[in-house]
Amino acid sequence: MSSTKYILGLFDDPDVMMHGIDKLQKNSVPIYDVYTPMPIHGIEAKLGIKDSRLGYAAFLFGCLGGTTIFTLVCYFLVYDWPMNIGGKPHFAVPDFIPVTFEWSVLFASFGMAFTFFYATHLFPGRAPRVMDLRATNDRFVIAIDAKTDVPHDDITNILKEAGAVEIKHNDRKYVSYE
Amino acid sequence: MASHKESIIREPLVTGKGITYAKVTDDILNPVENKPNKAWWIGFTVSSLGALLWVFAVSWTFWYGIGSWGLNKTVGWAWDITGFVWWVGIGHAGTLISAVLLLFRQKWRNSINRSAEAMTIFAVICAATYVVSHMGRPWMALYCLPLPNQYGSLWVNFNSPLIWDVFAISTYFSVSLVFWYTGLLPDIATIRDRGKGWYRRIYSVLSFGWTGSVKTWQRFETVSLILAGVSTPLVLSVHTIVSMDFATSLEPGWHTTIFPPYFVAGAIFSGFAMVQTLLLVTRKVLGLENYITMFHIESMNKIILLTGSVVGVAYITEFFIAYYSGGEYEQYTFLNRFIGPYWWAGCMMYGCNVLMTQVMWFKRVRTNITMSWVLSIIVNIGMWFERFVIIVTSLHRDFIPSSWAMFYPTWVDVSVFIGSIGVFFTLFLLFIRVLPSIAMAEVKLLLKEQSEEYKLKQMEAGHLDPEQVEFYKTSLKKFDGVDISVYENA
Repeated sequence: MSSTKYILGLFDDPDVMMHGIDKLQKNSVPIYDVYTPMPIHGIEAKLGIKDSRLGYAAFLFGCLGGTTIFTLVCYFLVYDWPMNIGGKPHFAVPDFIPVTFEWSVLFASFGMAFTFFYATHLFPGRAPRVMDLRATNDRFVIAIDAKTDVPHDDITNILKEAGAVEIKHNDRKYVSYE
Repeated sequence: MASHKESIIREPLVTGKGITYAKVTDDILNPVENKPNKAWWIGFTVSSLGALLWVFAVSWTFWYGIGSWGLNKTVGWAWDITGFVWWVGIGHAGTLISAVLLLFRQKWRNSINRSAEAMTIFAVICAATYVVSHMGRPWMALYCLPLPNQYGSLWVNFNSPLIWDVFAISTYFSVSLVFWYTGLLPDIATIRDRGKGWYRRIYSVLSFGWTGSVKTWQRFETVSLILAGVSTPLVLSVHTIVSMDFATSLEPGWHTTIFPPYFVAGAIFSGFAMVQTLLLVTRKVLGLENYITMFHIESMNKIILLTGSVVGVAYITEFFIAYYSGGEYEQYTFLNRFIGPYWWAGCMMYGCNVLMTQVMWFKRVRTNITMSWVLSIIVNIGMWFERFVIIVTSLHRDFIPSSWAMFYPTWVDVSVFIGSIGVFFTLFLLFIRVLPSIAMAEVKLLLKEQSEEYKLKQMEAGHLDPEQVEFYKTSLKKFDGVDISVYENA
């Protein structure tokens, strides 16, 4: 039993890496995750990752923000302290639109951004779980959990054939931990 | 990669030889990872002196009150609100570049969005300081908010555009901040993974533990797109509401229905001018000519030309409507911009904003760096005068001629204004020192399709329409970072 925990295939080109994903999948090698320095479209489909639902979160937060401020303004100006301004109606809906709009946008943005941070476990001070330090620079990294049934040498060969510039057999999952 | 194949006739967005993913990182992080050069230190010293002047002048204002400004009974709103609107306007380009151009899939935004967004944030900070300082009693600033209070809970008046403005500016600032910072996360992670020791630890905290896994990127892109979607109407709403501060009043020269679109166009106009002013210097000092290319400069000039012309049409419309309305006070106000004592300010406004920018119809001007820079400064000046003319020139002729007055700024007015420019530049210079001034991850996206190198490779491979290749080669002549001799026999 080797001490290898994760096998990393490092690519220097996104197209070659995509080709590598295909090859691994054709050989039934399960892919743990892929780390790239930039968003690569099409990986999600290959890895079977579902569409993000953050859009729904944004919509709901937006509705919440708009409703909150509209309710508050109505309470302030219609119920709690109605002011007679030239005999005009207290419930002056057109005047409430700007702030309602602003808070819809505010809640939608913050709600969505914080949902994103929460769902992805991003927060200030979180220990970065980096498998290869160059994955944020110029390497496109395919990570494979070494616990797979496929022999490690086969995985290495597949990655090599697919054009990986470097193949690592890491004993630790995250190199960023000190 | 699932990106489309780009036609050869499109101009490259990244120029230069040997641009790899690693080189992009090295080039962009060069100012962050190394000691700053002399130009940076000179700039930083001058601008922090300006910022100190601001601290002094604002403290003076708080100590002695608004009376230390040149305001009088007739002109009760002058350089303070002029400065405020000027800064808010400048703060419009960043979100426009990052949001609107993202929605329109304009890839040239990728290398200028980061610094433009940073500018937005700093400009809005400057604008906000004006709001607080021109309250005179800044500790009363909380009364802008609808907070329960001891006056039976007397709420703020939500029928007033000034309150809408509080909500608009604060929302705009915070949403821009989220947009900017979320975009920064992957790039901060890059710095973190290259760094050592305490340096690494700081960027590690700032990076929120970003890894760049598939799911993270997928969510990141969703967030960017939706933020762009909601920021686009937001950016339009902000200056619309700023214009309503004036347009809903009864002051001749202010209460015109054209104000919202006119102010929004003016804001984009001045914002792009400021982006141009800063980026032309930044690309030179930081050696980023390969990423902020002539195509970017020319595109920005085209937007300046367009929005400048929109502003020009708005000016003409204002004059026509003043004439057509038959209202003699309205007519007098507009005539007074040329024949009154502030005729010189009117000339600065119309001259700088409309006449001068029209020279950008010429390609020679648009692609000339010195000319572009000078013109961007002219626009900045012109837009300041636009606000000055709208505000002071409209106010200084009261309804009763016995109240007619002039406005003379005191040294405090001048210092607050110059100081705010110092604050802005101090923040900007600190920004380019500690954070990547170009969105690295986004520029890396351009490398395989839109780079000069890739296009050259395509040309060498053949199979391209020779006419299109010729067109492309001609378009490269204007680029200052391209060695044209390579293409002689290509």
